[in-house]
Amino acid sequence: MGLSRELQEGDHPAILVTKYESLFNWARKSSLWPMTFGLACCAIEMMSAGASRFDMDRFGAGIFRATPRQADLMIVSGSVTEKMAPVIRRLYDQMPEPKWVMSMGICSTAGGPFPTYSHVQGVDRVVPVDVYIPGCPPRPEALFYGLLMLQDKIDKMKYSK
Amino acid sequence: MATTEPPEENGSVEQAPTSAALDRLLAAMPDAVVESEFQRGAPIARVAPARLLEVMTFLRDDPACRFELLSDLCGMDLGMVRPDGERFDVVYHLYSVEHSHVLTVKTAVADGTDAPSVTGIWLTANWHEREAFDMFGIGFAGHPDLRRILMPDEFDAFPLRKDFPLEGREKDHGYWRQPGDDDRYTYVAEPPEKK
Repeated sequence: MGLSRELQEGDHPAILVTKYESLFNWARKSSLWPMTFGLACCAIEMMSAGASRFDMDRFGAGIFRATPRQADLMIVSGSVTEKMAPVIRRLYDQMPEPKWVMSMGICSTAGGPFPTYSHVQGVDRVVPVDVYIPGCPPRPEALFYGLLMLQDKIDKMKYSK
Repeated sequence: MATTEPPEENGSVEQAPTSAALDRLLAAMPDAVVESEFQRGAPIARVAPARLLEVMTFLRDDPACRFELLSDLCGMDLGMVRPDGERFDVVYHLYSVEHSHVLTVKTAVADGTDAPSVTGIWLTANWHEREAFDMFGIGFAGHPDLRRILMPDEFDAFPLRKDFPLEGREKDHGYWRQPGDDDRYTYVAEPPEKK
């Protein structure tokens, strides 16, 4: 978290001195709550990532919430159809700030193998995306790597000007 | 002395396919069936749209046919195959649980005309006919609720028609626009301005 200094009082560290940016970023990146929300086969990999073998909880992002009101991470896992796009936008609008979006797999990133009338050619036409994860579908390790990239990104957030 | 000719493949002599259901239909209503054929052993009967409901009711209720199950209903755009005839085919795949036999029924529909709805015979036809309407624009007279089922309600074309581009038109792939006063979610062609 980038502690600046510890002020010792007696034998116990009683005071931690740090920037509030570091504190908030550390808290936010260490407790990402994804939304329970899957669109296609990538969602199967996402479920696998959350289950015991891969254990997404190791990164503090294992609490999948079934409502956008309690989630701050949207993992768009799968192909986005034109009919689904307004729904995704509405879910995104319902998430409280601060919120982040990961585009999992090539379908949601750029349309993938579906350059058709019915598919959105990239979910970034619908919601702003923070991290793109390549793969078809990405393995859980790739999802974790994207998650770590997102944590790095959160760690660099600035609040003061 | 016996010859040592190798047996035919699969050990059987190829026989002309038969269908008891098709024979029964041809015997009972010979004037309703425009033509009949076998494709890869599967019987197909082509019926005029005007007689379709009559034929379908017979196929469901006749003891020798007893097609209780409409296993599939789909549209076909044959505008390039028969440019002078009707543009569409509606294809009905029937299955009899009791007799374990199948029959395919086809009927030709011109662009802009309706096929009769079979929802009164098989309830499952409801969504199938909505799909055929959604993809091809084939109307079904007598359908209780004929509206789009797969595409968004605002979509203004029929995507499985052969003259519709597979990758969609320019306006089918827009960018997101923030909801307006009416709180509707719509797309625009231009990407939003970066803040």
